[in-house]
Amino acid sequence: MASAAQGSDATAARLSPKVDKVEVSDHSAAASKKEAPVRFQISNLNFFYGAKQAVFDVNLSIPAKKVTALIGPSGCGKSTFLRTLNRMNELIRHSRVVGDIRLDGQDILQMDVVALRRRVGMVFQRPNPFPKSIYDNVAYGLRINGYKGRLDDLVEHSLRRAALWEEVKDYLHKSAFALSGGQQQRLCIARALAVDPEVLLLDEPCSALDPVTTAKIEELMFHLKDSCTMAIVTHNMQQAARASDFTAFMLDGKLIEHSETSKLFTTPHDPRTEAYITGRFG
Amino acid sequence: MSSTSANAVEHAPSPSPGAARALLRRYLDGDEVAHVITLVFAASIILITSLLVYQLWLNSAASRHAFGWHFWISQTWDPVFEHFGALPFIYGTMVTSAVSLVIALPLGLAAAIFLSELAPRNISDTISFLIDLLAAVPSVIYGLLGIFVVVPLMRTTIGPALKGAFGFLHIFSGPNYGVGFLTAGIVLAIMIVPFIISVSREVLLTVPREQREAAMGLGATRWEATWKVVVPWARTGIMGSVFLALARAVGETMAVTMVIGNDPKITASLFAPGYTIAAVIANEFTEATGSLYLSALIELGLVLFLITFILNGLARLLILATERGGGHPV
Amino acid sequence: MMRIRLIWRKSLNVVMLTLTGVAAFAVVSVLFMILGYLIYNGGKSLNWAFFTQLPKPVGETGGGMANAIVGSMKLLVLAALMGLPVGLIAGVYLAEFGGRTFAFIVRYTTDLLNGVPSIVMGIFAYSLVVLPMKHFSTWAGGVALGIMVIPITLRATEEFLHSVPNSLREGAMALGASKWKTIATVILPAAKGGIITGMLLSLARVAGETAPLLFTAFGNQFWSPGFNQPIASLPVMIYTYAIAPYEDWHRQAWAAGLVLLGLVLLANVGTRLALSRGGGSRSV
Repeated sequence: MASAAQGSDATAARLSPKVDKVEVSDHSAAASKKEAPVRFQISNLNFFYGAKQAVFDVNLSIPAKKVTALIGPSGCGKSTFLRTLNRMNELIRHSRVVGDIRLDGQDILQMDVVALRRRVGMVFQRPNPFPKSIYDNVAYGLRINGYKGRLDDLVEHSLRRAALWEEVKDYLHKSAFALSGGQQQRLCIARALAVDPEVLLLDEPCSALDPVTTAKIEELMFHLKDSCTMAIVTHNMQQAARASDFTAFMLDGKLIEHSETSKLFTTPHDPRTEAYITGRFG
Repeated sequence: MSSTSANAVEHAPSPSPGAARALLRRYLDGDEVAHVITLVFAASIILITSLLVYQLWLNSAASRHAFGWHFWISQTWDPVFEHFGALPFIYGTMVTSAVSLVIALPLGLAAAIFLSELAPRNISDTISFLIDLLAAVPSVIYGLLGIFVVVPLMRTTIGPALKGAFGFLHIFSGPNYGVGFLTAGIVLAIMIVPFIISVSREVLLTVPREQREAAMGLGATRWEATWKVVVPWARTGIMGSVFLALARAVGETMAVTMVIGNDPKITASLFAPGYTIAAVIANEFTEATGSLYLSALIELGLVLFLITFILNGLARLLILATERGGGHPV
Repeated sequence: MMRIRLIWRKSLNVVMLTLTGVAAFAVVSVLFMILGYLIYNGGKSLNWAFFTQLPKPVGETGGGMANAIVGSMKLLVLAALMGLPVGLIAGVYLAEFGGRTFAFIVRYTTDLLNGVPSIVMGIFAYSLVVLPMKHFSTWAGGVALGIMVIPITLRATEEFLHSVPNSLREGAMALGASKWKTIATVILPAAKGGIITGMLLSLARVAGETAPLLFTAFGNQFWSPGFNQPIASLPVMIYTYAIAPYEDWHRQAWAAGLVLLGLVLLANVGTRLALSRGGGSRSV
């Protein structure tokens, strides 16, 4: 599953937790040379919590097989925006989505929401494994979607993709709560991957985790890119710089700037972007 | 499971047939069905309760039409001549409940104070647990102990002692056979004290620590701080617990039936035998010959239902008021 | 003057605080007294015959309460089958689906039902079942007890479903589970410890109830086959025997009381201990 990326040594150095400077991804430069197909196309997206508007007229495309990071200060709407992509916001009463969101050209608001969520998975800020065994957690999505096949193989495959297999392969029937926080989060990633989503949405997945685990997860994101488009919300700019190909900066519910990560962090267009990434606010 | 496609495929922009099929699948799939099924079960509770009230009303019709409001104030209970009046039973219910409260409230409040203010947390929790077990003891077992322990005790020890000290009072006059209002009141008191304790303790624990600290900072003793500041703060909730306990006492059947003496008379003396609404229904329901007799008993059941309904309603209001508003200013 | 007042206040403090401790221990000691009396008086009358024999006719000594024990069990099974599903499913409605006003009405009505004196519940079951059937029956007793089971079960279900953190619901729905699947496969299993406790406690409570059975199940000297006939039960036997003038019957009443209390306390203590130890981290 390891992708044959250029400069894998540079990658390894980049992901090392000992690095304390902001180092910039040099991947996207090569990839963006050709026209990258787009997985999600979002146009004129507005989102309302009751009468209060949280997202204002966002236009964004999320390219396939790349990691797109969403950064911005607290409350800027990045999580809200992310959750519209798999319609999780519908769980909130009096929420309203206005606009056009297309997954591979299909309007997701017209789609069956259950089918949508199978194709677009989500990993949450705090690990939320079910009070079941490790095996049953990973198999859950498969079972409820009626998958009739060799569950064992798929469970193992997902755990490997989440870089957790070696650590839990002898304890698959232990409770998920017996795992550490970082392991639980990787379990949640495995659980989300088990249904083979086309897109994986990650909502500040490392904010509750230590730097070593964070590095592990960033590394697995790198390996996952080839099979799974990812969008990650993060308040950690260094993480965005390290782990993503494209970055979108949001402020007060509006999309301020969106470009390749290397460009956004070295030569941002908008003064507000520059102010944020240089730490003048946020 | 289809694997992810490498390229984004442009689909036709109108997915309506797919959406309609998806909608249908969702309906069949079960969320709506689940909603309806669970709603029906929830509604059935409303149905059952309404049916209960309706049945009580319906089956007491004969008695209500025969006696009207007179039922509430008539002292006669004569199955032979079919004259029925509720007053002796209302009196008995009130007196036994009052006696039980007089005993249980100080006892329960004192115990609650001990558990919330003085006892270390784990002892307090253990004792509360044990007191909760008291609430789980079936009524008939209290009755058993009532007959074989309290009644003889009343006859040989408590009764003579009270007569000796307070015999000049009307309530302690008259012969003492062991059964009667006082005995029933004592047994009831033990049965309701766990409710007073558990609710009062909870309410007392919610009084903010700053209140106690403020009082003691002014030089009050522990007791003064508790009695003059903490307890008044929790006043509303404690009142709620009283109404709750009262509602239980009023509806209590078996233990009371076994020790009250079953005599539908209104007497001033606490040593005299009496009767409560619940007790007369329990004793005479299966013996009731004639539909007017039965209807009168059911009307008594309706009366009992109304009394407990009001008491429980008041209790809930008071307890809700404490949860919302914190405390009253002293 | 101040000195005397201070001494008075301090003494009052000690006296009152001691009294509160005395009160607490007095109440607790009642529990042990009850247990003590039952174990002493009931223990010496408890024998094999008690569990296996039918009651002897009036005047004859000996015999047992085998039919009452079985009777109580049959009534409990009926009550469980009728009341537990209603409480559970209505509880699911309140916790997961309920709209504001309707849910409020349901909760209020449930509390109301809970506060109905058990003898009135007996009248209700009498008018619902005994009157149409024109005789006492196990069905009638089961209905009376079954309705009493509903409020406790409902409250436990609602409470424990609410205690399941929302993150679990979100996790399941993000994987594409529909609402009812989430409830059935994640939320209910997560809450099952508390819910089962509530169910057992409700059954323990109705197992000790006498008043609702007095004119529904009524009582029976013999075995009661099927569900259409009156049936003996432990609590009613205790009552009948205790108020009778026969010494032998009093003996048996104590024994029955010990058995009944033992079971009720076992259920209460057992379930509470299991609940406090289980917590939320066991696999479901």
